[in-house]
Amino acid sequence: MIGLKGPDEIKKMRAAGNIVGALLVELGARVKPGVTTRELDGFARGFIENKKAIPTFLGYQGFPATICASVNEQVVHGIPTDRRLEEGDIVGIDVGATLEGFVGDAARTFAVGKVSADAKKLLQATKEALDRGLAAAKDGNHLEDIGYAVQSHVEALGLSVVRDFVGHGIGRKMHEPPQIANYGKPGRGIKIKSGMAFAIEPMVNAGGWQVKVLDDAWTVVTKDGSLSAHFEDTVIVTEGAPLNMTRLD
Amino acid sequence: MAKEENIQIEGKIVEPLPNAMFRVELENGHKVLAHVSGKMRMHFIRILPGDKVTVELSPYDLSRGRITYRFK
Repeated sequence: MIGLKGPDEIKKMRAAGNIVGALLVELGARVKPGVTTRELDGFARGFIENKKAIPTFLGYQGFPATICASVNEQVVHGIPTDRRLEEGDIVGIDVGATLEGFVGDAARTFAVGKVSADAKKLLQATKEALDRGLAAAKDGNHLEDIGYAVQSHVEALGLSVVRDFVGHGIGRKMHEPPQIANYGKPGRGIKIKSGMAFAIEPMVNAGGWQVKVLDDAWTVVTKDGSLSAHFEDTVIVTEGAPLNMTRLD
Repeated sequence: MAKEENIQIEGKIVEPLPNAMFRVELENGHKVLAHVSGKMRMHFIRILPGDKVTVELSPYDLSRGRITYRFK
């Protein structure tokens, strides 16, 4: 059962989403060589609590932090550490905030200082893939149209899409049905309706799509050690472009 | 989020029902209503009471399943 959001719920989701969107802008400005991901995590927690919201990730199935910080070959779910970011790294930051019972969930991948041309291409392609996925999330389309839009864009550029992790419905809980894969065939899956709330999150690898989970039981890395990027927004479906709850940059 | 796959579990056919539906008793003792997957229908795989089968359950509705394999 996929709940449809009415005007009141959309207002609340926007309030929660705006916190996440604004925080990601602030975090982007703080990503520099020498900064640790733990420092970014501390800033994020303070920012969210300052807005009287709850860091959604903290304690979620035992996750120990406010943000997921995934550096270079780390795909998603990286745990913040004292590792200092270095010039040329890329760092994916995923964060959620709960306000008045509604969740906003979004992610950006940032370049640390100057990065290689390959890394730049990966970041650009993943961001474009998210935008194409979002554009496909409209009333009357089918669920796999989203995945198809992402996959066709990414694979045309010689990059690959992670299969083991997916986007999701969102609302009062961070993870609600449906699962939104970043791959698929056009015209398949359930029909998308206005008022559905989706968190769409392509994860794109420079090498193969295979991933594995490290011994900490959280950090997901690419199997071949290639770079990986991740962008995500929480949106509400309409008949046209979806209403983006979390994009302020 | 991590992709959640359907739950696969083994069971035994208890009783055939109309419309290619079956009542299946799972290893854990639960009884579910299961239909036969399209692929098995296409290949005319006959299922009789007492057969051991693999049933796929969705995490959202554990009372219904899909028979995906019949053990020989």
